[in-house]
Amino acid sequence: MTSTSPKTIADWRPRADRLPQTSAFSDFMQETLGLTTRLFIQLKRRPSTLVAGIVQPLMWLLLFGALFQNIPKDLFGTDYGHFLGAGVIVFTAFVGALNAGLPVMFDREFGFLNRLLVAPLASRYSIVAASAIYIIALTLLQVVAIVGLSALLGAGLPGFSGAAIILLVVLLLVVGVTSLSLGLTFALPGHIELIAVIFVANLPLLFASTALAPLSFMPPWLQMIACLNPLSYAIEPIRYLYINPQWQWSSIILHAPWADVSFGAALLVLTGFALVSLVIIQPLLRRRLA
Amino acid sequence: MAAAVVVKNLRKSYGSSIAVRDVSFEVQAGEIFGLLGPNGAGKTTTIRCLCTLTKPDGGELEVAGVSVLKDPRSARSKLGYIAQEVALDKVLTGRELLNLQAAIYHLPKAIANQRIEFLTSILGLTEYINKKTGGYSGGLQRRLDLAAGLLHQPEVLILDEPTVGLDIESRVVVWDFLRQLKSTGTTILLTSHYLEEVDALADRVGIIDAGKVIATGTPSELKDRLGGERITLRIREFTTSAEADSTKDLLMQLPFVQEAIINANQGNSLNLVVHASDDALSQVQAALKSAGLPVFGIAQSRPSLDDVYLAATGKTLMDAEMATAGSRNLKAEKKQSMKN
Repeated sequence: MTSTSPKTIADWRPRADRLPQTSAFSDFMQETLGLTTRLFIQLKRRPSTLVAGIVQPLMWLLLFGALFQNIPKDLFGTDYGHFLGAGVIVFTAFVGALNAGLPVMFDREFGFLNRLLVAPLASRYSIVAASAIYIIALTLLQVVAIVGLSALLGAGLPGFSGAAIILLVVLLLVVGVTSLSLGLTFALPGHIELIAVIFVANLPLLFASTALAPLSFMPPWLQMIACLNPLSYAIEPIRYLYINPQWQWSSIILHAPWADVSFGAALLVLTGFALVSLVIIQPLLRRRLA
Repeated sequence: MAAAVVVKNLRKSYGSSIAVRDVSFEVQAGEIFGLLGPNGAGKTTTIRCLCTLTKPDGGELEVAGVSVLKDPRSARSKLGYIAQEVALDKVLTGRELLNLQAAIYHLPKAIANQRIEFLTSILGLTEYINKKTGGYSGGLQRRLDLAAGLLHQPEVLILDEPTVGLDIESRVVVWDFLRQLKSTGTTILLTSHYLEEVDALADRVGIIDAGKVIATGTPSELKDRLGGERITLRIREFTTSAEADSTKDLLMQLPFVQEAIINANQGNSLNLVVHASDDALSQVQAALKSAGLPVFGIAQSRPSLDDVYLAATGKTLMDAEMATAGSRNLKAEKKQSMKN
């Protein structure tokens, strides 16, 4: 096929082009890039998602932070707005990732997903990867806004290593929660059910974490739940480095009922959470997508 | 000629409802094969199984020599699928959609660009390709869908009801394109419940009813197999059933009339099956005249695919459509198919 003359169907020569041999990895990268590009084009053409996504956590920080403005400082170890910042960052990432399944569910309901399912994708994890990359990028923009507002409110700015830890925590949390959300997308019959699950999971997981209050404020049973909640393991490292500029991997950041949890251990828990999430959705991806 | 598509003893149920009972057919390389049947006959389920979208309960499926069940990924690379309902992302432009399509089929950028330019040009999409698909008409959407399905140059193109919902002009454009595509050596399998579509396009036809293929052959073979010719007669615009009955009795006495069926849905018109002869029509007219009966309309024709369907199932395609339209729960079916 030449690009100069043709323009009749007779010039269409099926399978005439010799396509270069490609590896499964480069195929995976190409399809992930294609799928991610689509999500960013959608964002660019519907910027309201981005605007709402940035305004909402700032409202949380501003209004919820002001709610306990006059509480004695020693209760939280710092002023409440400062304390809350880590919770808002993590909760923002969590909500974004939890909602990642929705566009895929709509693709499934409108038949667009069939385009992907009849294509010889190197791995259907490219759908998960594209969603995760998109949510991570979106969350980072939100985090920049939250960190910026926190700084204006007097919380200071995290250093370079602090910023790197925030990035790592967001990445691990988003990969884990996005996987679960996409798993639900393929396990549930439709978007109504998915939205119901998101509604049910959303706020209880926030309340049953250390986002809004420290562990010591909670009754023992809630402490147990909060220490089983992956959100706490994302919130505490960020909070620790916000309040203690000198942090170490061995620094104790959470006093769980069964043991003290160090900075490094919290990140290991988050890594485990991301890996387990990726693995447990595999049968769902295969069943739905095979 | 090697078979480009093999479907053997395919079975699929959704819960208690049997969508495909036992479907078997082969599509030869380079031909257009039409799967004809009323809505709900099992056409879409058969296609979904072939395209790896639905896991069958049993049977064998092959596309371009590759087992769909054993090596689905390889089978996917060899087939192009055009769904019944065009699903586009209305936020994307036509070009952006084709770029995405190129990415998920792993085409190098340069080759993808050449093919997009080519397909856009021959499908008359050049003017619209950089516009958002949300503004496309039904015909444009279908053409873009064709371009997307062909971008990776599949050996087999599978189309589910390719012209349903299209205006006549767009339908003819699609038909012409498929005929031309066939001339390039691409094998085409299409489903349709439009008789004229299958008659106009297909080299061979499989007639499917209630989840089974009941006849296969070229349209001419199937019609010739029935033999005879058809005379469709209306005495009046709306004939009473008593008058239709008496006319039937009268005409059955003619030696060349094999069968007479009263079609109540068509104002009690009479469908006669007659031995092929030059003067059958004039003899029927003469018999009616001598009995003092008027003629509102009369026509002689060769058997149609609808006659083939009628002979095999005892009902016309339209009757079958009406019967299934009343009994199907499309919402429940869609939910079931999403689960499987």
